[in-house]
Amino acid sequence: MAGNPIDRRNGFHMLDEHAAQGGAITRDQAAHLARLSRLALGDDELGRLAAQLDQIIAAVARVQEVAADDIPPTSHALPLTNVYRADEIRPSLTPEQALAAAPAAEGGRFRVPRILDEEA
Amino acid sequence: MTTPTLMPYDEALARFEPVLGIETHIELGTYSKMFCGCATSFGAEPNTQVCPVCLGLPGSLPVTNHAAIEGIIKIGLALNCSIVEWCRFARKNYFYPDMPKDYQISQYDEPLCVDGYLEVEVDGAVYRVEIERVHMEEDTGKSLHVGGATGRIQGADHSLVDYNRAGIPLVEIVTKPIPATGDKAPLVARAYATELRELVRSLGVSDVRMEEGSMRCDVNVSLMPRGASEWGTRTETKNVNSLRSVERSVRSEIERQAGVLDAGGRIVQETRHFHEDTGRTTSGRSKEEAQDYRYFPEPDLVPMAPSREWVEELRGSLPELPAARRRRVQGEWGLSDLELRDVVNAGAVELIEATIAAGTDAGSARKWWMNELSRRATEQGTELAELPITPEQVARIQAMVQAGELNDKLARQVFEGVLAGEGTPDAVVAARGLKVVSDDGELVSIIDGVIADNAAVADKIRAGKVAAAGALVGAVMKATRGQADAGRARELILERLGAS
Repeated sequence: MAGNPIDRRNGFHMLDEHAAQGGAITRDQAAHLARLSRLALGDDELGRLAAQLDQIIAAVARVQEVAADDIPPTSHALPLTNVYRADEIRPSLTPEQALAAAPAAEGGRFRVPRILDEEA
Repeated sequence: MTTPTLMPYDEALARFEPVLGIETHIELGTYSKMFCGCATSFGAEPNTQVCPVCLGLPGSLPVTNHAAIEGIIKIGLALNCSIVEWCRFARKNYFYPDMPKDYQISQYDEPLCVDGYLEVEVDGAVYRVEIERVHMEEDTGKSLHVGGATGRIQGADHSLVDYNRAGIPLVEIVTKPIPATGDKAPLVARAYATELRELVRSLGVSDVRMEEGSMRCDVNVSLMPRGASEWGTRTETKNVNSLRSVERSVRSEIERQAGVLDAGGRIVQETRHFHEDTGRTTSGRSKEEAQDYRYFPEPDLVPMAPSREWVEELRGSLPELPAARRRRVQGEWGLSDLELRDVVNAGAVELIEATIAAGTDAGSARKWWMNELSRRATEQGTELAELPITPEQVARIQAMVQAGELNDKLARQVFEGVLAGEGTPDAVVAARGLKVVSDDGELVSIIDGVIADNAAVADKIRAGKVAAAGALVGAVMKATRGQADAGRARELILERLGAS
């Protein structure tokens, strides 16, 4: 996006925030995550899950204790690059197969609840 | 919410300096999708080009389409970008039914191509538009909102989704902020989109049809008071789907933002939607409430490390790019800057080139496309390239003119016939009985009649005023309804009057 500095943290966002706050996942952060995941959580659940998330993040954050500057972050376990397929058409599913697992369908399309103010 | 007053464009520009930014999405014309083997045909029945990968079914795994990577590297090179030595795909997580995986495979902080530029020209001035990045991603499905206003999200009861488009290779091209365009901002935005479309089309990697959505622009605009150094808050107008709309949306957004600022308001950083009917934008999603996409490296795809040999091979395979071609044809055809601009704006460069390649001289090729055919395209409200006539057919008609079988007037009738679907130029000539009257016997008798009817003019010619012959040639052409060979008629007239 033009003009936006690119966030280089790249997936380690939570860990960084966690560290910045002296290591506590807040109820607000848990509520934010729940909203992003479209989970309707009650107050008691938010409190409980914030504490559990905190433990999980704290455990993962221990990796940072051994991650020295000379150890690059690892995103892939295998030392592979450039795996490609040729540009060839393969058979698709039939529309019946494609829609078989859909909760609802209409006119050959997946029918989903209306979405408000979230056009991507 | 009150509707802000728009500030007239000239006043807005007198007080504010716009800064532009343009993000363009281009669907690549590969046979198969980005990460699976589904076909990519436009307009297929819904959900007939889908499979477990592009439907995001559990257990499916993506594999990158080699041709798509080749395509984006060509675009990057044509935009003077550096091609990075190593980069990864990233997951952009969001909940919206247009991506059934609940994420889009894209690139985040490691785009494949970086730091390029594209030069565009507006009214004789060259603007260098810096390119921030060009990255690879996959297109999303298409939602049809049912109930409420047709196709619109507001008031919809539910949505219907077709995933044929989901997973089609999509290249996103992001400019750096474009400052100092002043009152030319809307034209610079349009010129950039036009030049980018021509460039990508010349590479043969996409059909770049804005009306079909294979090229879509998001236009960022911000204003700052004249003399200020800090940029204002920008808005992003999404999915502007014609060149004309790119220009209009910038203009409209300048007028709107100036009105808001003038009234002491502040610009909200948000997504806006452009409406073709009113030429105005309306507020969409507020960026401040935009979702946290939680990007992370895509674990299902290995990194890409395009070898330098491959990149150089692709660089070597690039065709002549539009800017270079324009410079070349201007020299070859002997055009002034203005003439060149007309040819370019008419979209006639390739057509004229192909006509020349089919044997016509440059002047005649340009004459037919820029006069006769441009006029007809305008009449029909279409583009030159859409007219149902080929450069080869234009060359054939000109060849008949050259051979003296047709004159210009008859040639125009042949064009009319070909465009009306009457067949090839030869078929039209035969069917309409178009033929220059060059049989001297027939012509002589007509000329004698014309001389008798115009005795006074004939006397002048006999007296040596050869220039007066034009009037008699005109009369002969009229008498033959244009079918005479004017040159031969003139010769015969002078001969009959003893003036040759």
